[in-house]
Amino acid sequence: MTTAISEIDPQELPKGVSLWQDAWHRLRRNKLAMIGACYLIAVIIMALLTPWIAPYAYDAQDLRLGATPPSAAHWLGTDLFGRDLLSRIMYGGRISLLVGFIATAVALVIGVTYGAIAGYVGGRVDAIMMRLVDILYALPFMIFIILLMVVFGRNLLLMFLAIGVVEWLTMARIVRGQVQSLRQQEFVEAAISIGLSPARIIWKHLIPNALGPVIVYTTLTIPSVMLLEAFLSFLGLGIQPPQSSWGLLISHGVETMEEYPWLLIFPGLALTMTLFALNFLGDGLRDALDPRVSKD
Amino acid sequence: MQPLLSVKDLRIHFHTRNGLVRAVDGISYDVHAGKTTAIIGESGSGKSVACYGLLGLIPKPPGKVEGGTADFGGKDLLQLSEAELRKIRGRGISIIFQDPMTSLNPYLRIGDQMIEPLQLHFGMKKAEAWKRATAVLEEVGIRDADRRMNSYPFEFSGGMRQRVVIAMALITEPEIIIADEPTTALDVTVQAQILKLIAELQRNHNIGVIFISHDLSVISDIADDICVMKNGEIVEQGSRQQIFEQAQHPYTKKLLDAVPDTHKDIVENNDSEFLVVENLCTHFSSSRRAPVVKAVDNVSFKIKRREIVGLVGESGSGKSTIGRSILRLVDPTSGSVKIEGTETTALGYRDLKMLRRHMQMIFQDPYASLNPRMSVYDTLAEPLLLHKIATRKTLDSAVFELMDSVELARESVLRYPHEFSGGQRQRIAIGRAIATKPKFIVADEPVSALDVTIQAQILDLLLELVDRYELTMLFISHDLAVVRYIADRILVMCQGELVESGHSDQVFDNPQHPYTQTLLKSVPGKYLHDEIAAG
Repeated sequence: MTTAISEIDPQELPKGVSLWQDAWHRLRRNKLAMIGACYLIAVIIMALLTPWIAPYAYDAQDLRLGATPPSAAHWLGTDLFGRDLLSRIMYGGRISLLVGFIATAVALVIGVTYGAIAGYVGGRVDAIMMRLVDILYALPFMIFIILLMVVFGRNLLLMFLAIGVVEWLTMARIVRGQVQSLRQQEFVEAAISIGLSPARIIWKHLIPNALGPVIVYTTLTIPSVMLLEAFLSFLGLGIQPPQSSWGLLISHGVETMEEYPWLLIFPGLALTMTLFALNFLGDGLRDALDPRVSKD
Repeated sequence: MQPLLSVKDLRIHFHTRNGLVRAVDGISYDVHAGKTTAIIGESGSGKSVACYGLLGLIPKPPGKVEGGTADFGGKDLLQLSEAELRKIRGRGISIIFQDPMTSLNPYLRIGDQMIEPLQLHFGMKKAEAWKRATAVLEEVGIRDADRRMNSYPFEFSGGMRQRVVIAMALITEPEIIIADEPTTALDVTVQAQILKLIAELQRNHNIGVIFISHDLSVISDIADDICVMKNGEIVEQGSRQQIFEQAQHPYTKKLLDAVPDTHKDIVENNDSEFLVVENLCTHFSSSRRAPVVKAVDNVSFKIKRREIVGLVGESGSGKSTIGRSILRLVDPTSGSVKIEGTETTALGYRDLKMLRRHMQMIFQDPYASLNPRMSVYDTLAEPLLLHKIATRKTLDSAVFELMDSVELARESVLRYPHEFSGGQRQRIAIGRAIATKPKFIVADEPVSALDVTIQAQILDLLLELVDRYELTMLFISHDLAVVRYIADRILVMCQGELVESGHSDQVFDNPQHPYTQTLLKSVPGKYLHDEIAAG
C-alpha cells in the first residue's frame, strides 16, 4: 500500500504543483486552445510592431486613388480617401486590443473581487453592496461616460477605464451568485475550521471554483467592449479620425457595403478571427482549470 | 409455485467513452407473489440497473441489454417495445424511489399526481379516480386523506411523503413493486414505520416486492430471498436463513462481518475534563419576523480527555449544530463552551485561529468537504503551512507521513478528489483533520455516506488514530449501531434538547427516556443481531 519516498520517481515529487501549473499542463494538450493562443500572441506582436512594419501610415491619403479593391500595392485595397486598408486595420487593432484587454481586465478585477466579497460575507453587507450594483445598473451608462469625459477631458485611457467600470457590474453578479452557492459547501466550512482567513478562503477555495462562468463571460465581454468603443467613437467620444479602430472601420464599412464590400469584409474578418481565437482559448482555459474534466 | 417474475441470465452493459462497463453480468432471480426478494450490494454493484433495466429505465445508449430473459406473465420484458413497456410500468410493476423529496412533483397537488396513472391506465373518470386515490392514501396511513389530497408535497414531512410515494406505487394495484432504497433517506423511527407499512400492504395485496438496499440490517428484517450483488454479478443467493446462517461466499461473509455489532469495552476514564459545555443555546431566525428556531436549547455536557462521546439524534435534532457551535463554525446564542479551561465563545479572530489548530472537524459528505480543485497534496499541505507545522522543505515528507497514517497510497498524492472513491476521500478528509495534530475532533456523521465494508474500515481507522494521537472526539451520528461500536459514552438529542446521557451499555441496555426507548426499538436488524449473538 505505502511506498517509501525513495521508491518514488523524484520527477513525480510534488514541488509545489499549483492548480495553475496543472492547468497549464492540461491547456497545452488542447490543440484548439493552443491555436487560439498562438493566433492571439501573433496579433499582439503585430500590434506592437505596427509602426515599423505597416506598409503605409494610417493617415497617408492618396485622393487620386479613391476606393480601390485589393491589389499588389494595397493588399487589402484602399478606402474612400485612398488610405491603405491593411495599415489602417493594423493601427486599428492596437486600439481595439488595448480597449478590449484593459477594459475587460478592469471589469474582471473589480467584478470578481466585489462579487466574491459580497457573496462570501453575505447578510447586510451583501444587501448593501448588491443594491449599489443595482443603482449603477439603472444609470444610463452613456450619461456616465459622457460626464466622465466632460469632467476629465477626452482621454483614451479614461475611456478604457470608463468602459471597464460599466462592464464589471454583470461580472460582480455572476461571481456573487457562484460564491453564494459554493459557500454552502462543506469544503468551505472545512477551510474555516482549519483556521484560514476569509481572504485566503475567497482566493484559494472560492474563486478557483467560480472560474468557469467567469471565463466564459470574459470571452464574451472582450468583443462587446470592442464594439462599445466603436459606438463611443462614432458619437465622437472615443478616438477621432484619422485614427481608427476595428469597430470604427466596421461601422464605416457598413455604410459603403454595397459599393466597396472589402471595406467591411477585412475589418470584420480581423475582429471575428480574434474573437474565435479568444473563445477557443477561453473554453480551453475553463476545461483546463477544472480537474474533473477527464485528462484524455 | 409459479414466480411472478423470472429473470434469467440478464446482462446489461454500458458502452462508455472509457470502455465497456458490465453493470449487470449474467444474473438470475425470481420474484414470488407475497414475498420479498432483496438485492443487496454496495454502490456501483449494479443492483439498481438489475431492476430498472427490466422496465427500460436505463439510459440507452450508453446502456444496452446484451442478453437474458425476464418472464413476466408470459411476456419477455426485454423483448417488449417502448409502448408495451409503458403499459407494464406503473400498472404491472411500479417503483418506490429512494428520495421522497425529489420523486414527487413539487408544483402539483398530491391528488393530481395520484390520479394520473388511474386516468392513464384504466381510463377512469376524474371523480372516480379521486375517490380511489383518497382510499389508497388512507390505507397507507395518512390521516384526514380527503383534505390532504389537496396538499402540495412540501406540506408533508419526509416520512409522510414516502407514504404518499408508496400510495402512488400501490394505486394501480401492481403485481410487483420495486422498492429502491425506500428508507435510506429517512430517520430510523420513520424507517421502522415505513418498513412495517410495506410489509402490511404486501400481505394484504399479495404483492411481490423487489427490495434494493445496501443495508444488511434492514434486509434481514424483511427479506424472504436475498441476492448478494457485487460488480454486476450475484455472488450468492438464497433464503434469508441460508444467507445469514450459512454464508458461503467470502464477500457475503465480509458484508456480515462489517456490520458493527461489538460494543466497545468500557474502560474507566480517570482523565481530567477536556470539554465543558454549559447551557449552550444556538438559535436561528431567518428574518426578524420569522419565529426563532431553537436548534440547540440549553444543552450541558462534559467530555473527558481521550474519550469518544457519541451524539445521537434524528435529522433536525440539533446534533450537528452542537458540533458546529463548539468549533465556532456557527456562533452560539448563549451559554459557555470551555476547552481545557479556555472559554471559546468569547474568543476573537486571532485567538480563535490559534485554537483551531487544536480542534478539527470531519464532515459527513466526502464529496462536498474537499475542494474539487485542490489535489490531495494541496489539501493536506494547507493546514500544515498555515499553522507552520511544516516548512517548505519538510512539506513533502510531512504530507507523505499524513497519507501513510490514513493509509492512502503515496502515488496518488497529485490526484484530485474526483479520482477517488468515497472511502478514500473520507481518508483525505481525515488526513486534513489530523494534520495539525489536534487534541479534539468533531466527527459529523463521518461514515453515513459510505458503503458498509468501507464504513467498518473508516471506523477502525478513527479508533486507531484516537489511540495513537490521544484524541478526544465528539462523534455525531444517526446510526446507533455505529455509535455503539465506537463511543464510550452516549448523548441522545431530541428537538434541540439533550434527553439522555450515560455510558454506552447503560443507554443501550437500560434506556430511561421514552424517546431513547422508541429510538432503540426502531433500530433495524433484530434478526441479524440475534444471529450474530447466536454464533
